[in-house]
Amino acid sequence: MILAIASGKGGTGKTTVTVNLARVMGSRVQVLDCDVEEPNAQLFLNGEPMRSRTVSVLVPEVDESLCDGCGDCARVCQFNAIVSFGTAPLVFPELCHGCGGCSRVCPKQAIGEVERRIGLVETYVAGDITLTQGTMDVGVAMAPPLIRAVKDAINDGAPAILDAPPGTSCPVITTLRGADCVVLVTEPTPFGLHDLTLAVDVVRDLGIPFGVVVNRAGVGDDRVHHFCRQQGIPLLLEIPDDRRIAEAYSRGRPAVDEFPEYRAGFAALWERAVDLAEGR
Amino acid sequence: MKELVIISGKGGTGKTSLAASFALLAPRPVVADCDVDAADLHLLLAPQIRERHEFRSGRQAVVRPEACTGCGICAEVCRFGAVQQREQTEEGAVYGIDPVACEGCGVCVHECPESAIDFPECVCGEWMLSDTRSGPMVHARLGIAAENSGKLVTTVRQQARCVAEQGRHDLIIVDGPPGIGCPVIASLTGASLVLVVTEPTVSGEHDLERVLQLARHFEVPAAVCVNKWDLNPDHAGRIEEMATETGAVPVGRVRYDREVTKAQVDVKTVVETDADAGQDVRQVWGRLVSLMEKG
Amino acid sequence: MRIVFTTAGNDLEAALDPRFGRAPGFLLYDTEGGATQTLSNAEATASGHGAGIQAAQTVAGLKPDVLITGHCGPNAFRALQAAGIQICQTDARTVREALDAFTSGRLTPATEADKAGHWT
Repeated sequence: MILAIASGKGGTGKTTVTVNLARVMGSRVQVLDCDVEEPNAQLFLNGEPMRSRTVSVLVPEVDESLCDGCGDCARVCQFNAIVSFGTAPLVFPELCHGCGGCSRVCPKQAIGEVERRIGLVETYVAGDITLTQGTMDVGVAMAPPLIRAVKDAINDGAPAILDAPPGTSCPVITTLRGADCVVLVTEPTPFGLHDLTLAVDVVRDLGIPFGVVVNRAGVGDDRVHHFCRQQGIPLLLEIPDDRRIAEAYSRGRPAVDEFPEYRAGFAALWERAVDLAEGR
Repeated sequence: MKELVIISGKGGTGKTSLAASFALLAPRPVVADCDVDAADLHLLLAPQIRERHEFRSGRQAVVRPEACTGCGICAEVCRFGAVQQREQTEEGAVYGIDPVACEGCGVCVHECPESAIDFPECVCGEWMLSDTRSGPMVHARLGIAAENSGKLVTTVRQQARCVAEQGRHDLIIVDGPPGIGCPVIASLTGASLVLVVTEPTVSGEHDLERVLQLARHFEVPAAVCVNKWDLNPDHAGRIEEMATETGAVPVGRVRYDREVTKAQVDVKTVVETDADAGQDVRQVWGRLVSLMEKG
Repeated sequence: MRIVFTTAGNDLEAALDPRFGRAPGFLLYDTEGGATQTLSNAEATASGHGAGIQAAQTVAGLKPDVLITGHCGPNAFRALQAAGIQICQTDARTVREALDAFTSGRLTPATEADKAGHWT
């Protein structure tokens, strides 16, 4: 079972839901922190570091002794990552998407590929929880290749919870693809509702069953509830706007550890997500 | 002309709420909503849209099924897992391309022996020029699962510059996206000043460090504001120290105030209400104005 | 000598645009004969990443010896160097002022980019 926790709006509580769910599972669970630009799950799970590996993408390298300056490589590149002025081509690795097109097209086989580092994938263990975290190097523009590397760690041995990045564009799509169920976390405010509607469109487009968690319930109004009812979207959990939770969160403490009365709600959330994934 | 870009690293710290308030406090600003994935500024500024423009970016590969011989070369060469078998006919499989996964690189287009793959430009969103009670606003909407949010952000900023030049506005206020990736880079490069809005939490501090590193990488001066600071005053202080150590300027704190959400529900910015947090926001604005004057 | 200037205009009296990658266009001036030619930079101004590189490719097509502009970022700088084009920076406000500064020897070729990379 692969469950992804997403939102549209940032800061609604994706990581909160992810870590609290993992803490109430009571059996082995994999957490994949796919918010590779700003991964936060480890701040709450405090796992022991186990492994770390660098992740790279392939970028072109030109053997100038073989190059005749024909410029086919530059013509085929859609991203301005390789250009030619009649002499040996220039490569701009930070723009390269790693498609391999220039290397394929070169009539002199003068273009090879070399690795360019984009970030790290690290594994931590906290009891039954195995956390795989991706951290993108600052200055790298594209997250999806690193997110794919994090997701490679998913194995069939235990349920997996994916902490997605905020937003609705390519890093989120890359995270959600292949999930059995998505939980969309929102807050009952105008911003929360607006961004939820965007996220709902994305998840529907991907064809994955989903439900909503309302965090900070009581802080705004009820238009999110109204929207979910109207759209037939299951409301899976409400977390109240409890200042104690916010303060614990500020210290890196999951709510279920500080306030055990919240455990039942998260346990029920998991069961409901499994039901959704299995079509019930 | 100055450009103030408001980002956060971590999402949900209050960028948009603050950006909207500053838009009301500044004299004649041009406002740009560069959080194109999940734009919210319009919910406070209520723009009247004057112009809409298509946003075209990149290309998508599309197989012409009648020309496909099922050789599967496209599937072999695609590095993004975008090629799938669509159906089996007596002659063999027909392939198709998942538009969500397609990176727009063109390798399959080039390698297809039957030239059976088209490569049209995508219209993947739109950008708008609008009027608001604070002045002109440029904003955008990215299509579902579209790529190139960085390019749309660039477009929004460029258009905001044009509007500012034509109307002789001295200040552009940019509401930026969360994170540190391509849309954030596109928002902050070349800015006069970046304001990072953070919160007094372990997440806020962790993410602030990374986004300040990004600002340094692109040589943009940075200021820091701690929002909801009273949720953890010690942490707020530590964050301001960390910021100063790295060369960023703390410009003040805004208190946690439920009136901020109420203002949002009422389609008002905090400084248009008598919320206590409004005073804090005005003070922060004052410090930002001095910083921008000096720079 | 063929000199390219970054500008939105189409003659020597036009304002010099201080940007390279996102300049609206270019004006080529040939010191032998004084002929001018203009070229739009629309392709680069429309791109996200890589505007400077695109602009360099556009300019290289004019086969200039020198480019005169306000500022130049690192990607554009590399690309222009590879194309064998010298880069001179000036804060002259018009193409004519920039041309005079160059021909009277007041401008020296840049040895590195003067701006960090950026996208707008």
